[in-house]
Amino acid sequence: MMRIENLKKRFKKLQALDNINAMFDNGQVISLIGPNGSGKTTLIKSILGMVKADEGNIFVNGNPINDDPSYRSRIGYMPQIGRYPDNMKIGHLFRMMKDIRKMPEAGVDTDMLIRFDLMSIFEKPMRTLSGGTRQKVSAALAFYFNPDILILDEPTAGLDPVSSEILKEKIMLEKMKNKLILITSHILSDLDELATDVMYLQEGKMIFLKDIDTLRCETGEDKLGKAIARVMQRNTSLG
Amino acid sequence: MFKLTRYVLYDILRSKVVIAYTLFLFAVSIGLFQLEENQSKAILSLLNIVLIVVPLISLIFTTIHYYNSYEFIELMLSQPLSRTRILLSEYGGVALSLISSFMIGVGFPVLIYTFDATGLALLFTGIALTLAFTSIAFLASVKSRDKARGIGSALLLWFYFSLIYDGLVLLILFSFSDYPMEKFTLFLSALNPIDLGRIFIMLKMDVGALMGYTGALYKDFFGSGAGIIFTAGIMLLWVVIPLLLAVRVFRKKDL
Amino acid sequence: MRPLLAILCLLNVTYVSGNTIIIGKNRPVNTLRQAISMAKAGDTVLLQRGTYKEGNIIIDKSIHLIGVDEPILDGDHKNEILTLTGTNISIRGIHFANAGYSSMNDFAALKIIDATNILIENNTITNAFFGIHIANSTNSIVRNNTIIGTNKTEHLSGNGIHLWKCSDMLIASNKISGHRDGIYLEFVSKSIIENNKSLKNVRYGLHFMFSHDDTYLGNSFENNGAGVAVMYSKHVRMENNLFDKNWGASAYGILLKDISDSHILHNRFIQNTVGIYMEGSSRIGIGKNIFQANGWALKVQASCDDNTFYQNNFYGNSFDVATNGTMVLNRFNNNYWDKYEGYDMNRDGIGDVPYHPVSMYAVVVEQNPTTLVLMRSFIVSLLDKAEKAIPGLTPENLVDNNPMIKPNKL
Repeated sequence: MMRIENLKKRFKKLQALDNINAMFDNGQVISLIGPNGSGKTTLIKSILGMVKADEGNIFVNGNPINDDPSYRSRIGYMPQIGRYPDNMKIGHLFRMMKDIRKMPEAGVDTDMLIRFDLMSIFEKPMRTLSGGTRQKVSAALAFYFNPDILILDEPTAGLDPVSSEILKEKIMLEKMKNKLILITSHILSDLDELATDVMYLQEGKMIFLKDIDTLRCETGEDKLGKAIARVMQRNTSLG
Repeated sequence: MFKLTRYVLYDILRSKVVIAYTLFLFAVSIGLFQLEENQSKAILSLLNIVLIVVPLISLIFTTIHYYNSYEFIELMLSQPLSRTRILLSEYGGVALSLISSFMIGVGFPVLIYTFDATGLALLFTGIALTLAFTSIAFLASVKSRDKARGIGSALLLWFYFSLIYDGLVLLILFSFSDYPMEKFTLFLSALNPIDLGRIFIMLKMDVGALMGYTGALYKDFFGSGAGIIFTAGIMLLWVVIPLLLAVRVFRKKDL
Repeated sequence: MRPLLAILCLLNVTYVSGNTIIIGKNRPVNTLRQAISMAKAGDTVLLQRGTYKEGNIIIDKSIHLIGVDEPILDGDHKNEILTLTGTNISIRGIHFANAGYSSMNDFAALKIIDATNILIENNTITNAFFGIHIANSTNSIVRNNTIIGTNKTEHLSGNGIHLWKCSDMLIASNKISGHRDGIYLEFVSKSIIENNKSLKNVRYGLHFMFSHDDTYLGNSFENNGAGVAVMYSKHVRMENNLFDKNWGASAYGILLKDISDSHILHNRFIQNTVGIYMEGSSRIGIGKNIFQANGWALKVQASCDDNTFYQNNFYGNSFDVATNGTMVLNRFNNNYWDKYEGYDMNRDGIGDVPYHPVSMYAVVVEQNPTTLVLMRSFIVSLLDKAEKAIPGLTPENLVDNNPMIKPNKL
């Protein structure tokens, strides 16, 4: 579980995060949406400690995040663009990660490695991989350590439909295991149907954080996509 | 602690640039020792390599490596690793690979052809300058926002330390030629690692001329155990201070 | 006794018929003073092992004083030990220790005044003010002596071997250290200084003034405070000497001041602050020398003219040549300069482009010595390159028109 309290971050002129308050629980799949520059990535980076907030706190499993990096061992992160050392081989990368996390062989989740058939190209250096394959590597890496919390930044952006489907299945599976999953996208994607909750950000402000049922009720739309679209419309007309 | 260093090092040692750098140094060193009839001349040319090329490559290579590793560093940041550890590991990887290039390219030929005090001073200076300028490059990189700016500032720093600084010293010495400046210039030399390394080697190579000007001041100073500790100490500061500053900036930085 | 016979022949004296007096602690004659007063011209006096403290002793007759098993004559820190005057005197195998010091007189362990045909051989002198002090003498030999001073300051120590107003002298194979000047000559002519080692002296390893027609061969001068100084003399030959590590604020391999018509040949100058510094000197041939790893191989002041520098080899010197003016009246020819970067298209072993041994930076350092700390820096090499492209400050006619491509075989 995760709690965000009064989180504020300003980059020079831009108020990237403006007093965000939120509470995520295990078993939730949160779809973090908003237009470009709405603060999604900043929020994720704040959670991961890459961006240092000006004000406010983030609690992961009840403890505030600070300079102690150990909380990140509970988090699996799949970045938007994964780039790895050119001369490192895929197998090497996974070995290194295992090394860094001090995770025994038995504890790792190789499900995605198998599903994406990455084992067969373990000896390939990173620089020879296509963008899609690199995304697969990133995805496999995020699930590798069986973390309580998964943060996936635009996970299906570079993936082909088949791989996309595989990833979706995996997310479903993890959801069943009562994990907290945070997915960002700036467009409405097919992953949204996995979501239990939707968090909508605009210009650094959190417009709403509602569970799907409430959202459906309020908008009268059955399809999530349309429901969100309606909210967005309402919002822009208000603004 | 430096598990990560091993992986960074492993990656860099396979990069074409580092291999090319090693081969370049090796070819030049062997070529100089083979072509020159007397070794003092070869050493003299190597001195220029150590004082000019080593800082330049250290600065540029480190800066480019830093920006190319940006996403990787981000990935590392999402792992349970502290920022200090990540940056120091990166530093370790880059510095070790540059030093191995230097030791294979220059160290090896020097040890074979001219294993003496001057040769050892040359190697010591080369290693120290590699460490110092890698450190300076990390500071420049974490401080500048994009790659172009980073490489630009690395080049400017090189230009400053290898040329402009000495130009300013020359200017100062001529402006205050009526005053005794020995100790002051000694102090000035400590403010530039290239100058410090140069004087350290000069004490082996040009001791006659140095004694002529300063009497025993420089020789007694640098030649004594205290002087060697002083030189090594200041060099160490040139390695440690920029690195610590880089770590400090990096810890507060938004990536 | 065999070496003794050799000396007899050498000195060509006629004492073979003389008596022998033996001095020893348990003998009838047990003081040197007693023996000397007893001895007649041509006698041999044998001083046996032991320490003798007898104040100052004067020898003014032709006798041969020979130490057996290194007897010690101790001056007790207050006396001149032995004073010689006359002809045909020899002193051998004696250890002179602790001669006195005086700020008024030139006290010496062994003083020789107004003498001819003197032989001083195989003696050891320790802890003396002056070691051997010779004045107004001729035709004498000082050979194979070891003279060790105490390395005090210039004022507190005298010279190792000091010659004043002498001629036809031979100073050979002595080893002198820790004195003011190792060997000092003033008004000494037609003499030979050969195979001596003069090292770690406070001032000069060799110092001579107003001494003409002398020859210096195969000596080595190392680690002396200021090297070797040769002043106000004519017709001097200096050959096969070694000048090593004479470094310091004003230290030179050789300092030449007002020297003319002389030769400096086949010497080696290694790691001196200045190999040869010359001022006011003319018509000197400097050839076939090796200059290696000196601060400045040559400093030729503008007051020098008509000197020739030929077939020398210059290696690894910080500066090859420096001068203080722009007028150059000396010739450079066929030298090997390791800094030469020209080419040899016709393959005759001589570079096709003249070499200017004075670099721009050498001129800068001459004007402002502090800039020496910038030696070998990038900016300095740029300066030198610029000056080579567009000469302006360096003396244009200080040039070797026939620089060698390979070192001269010496």
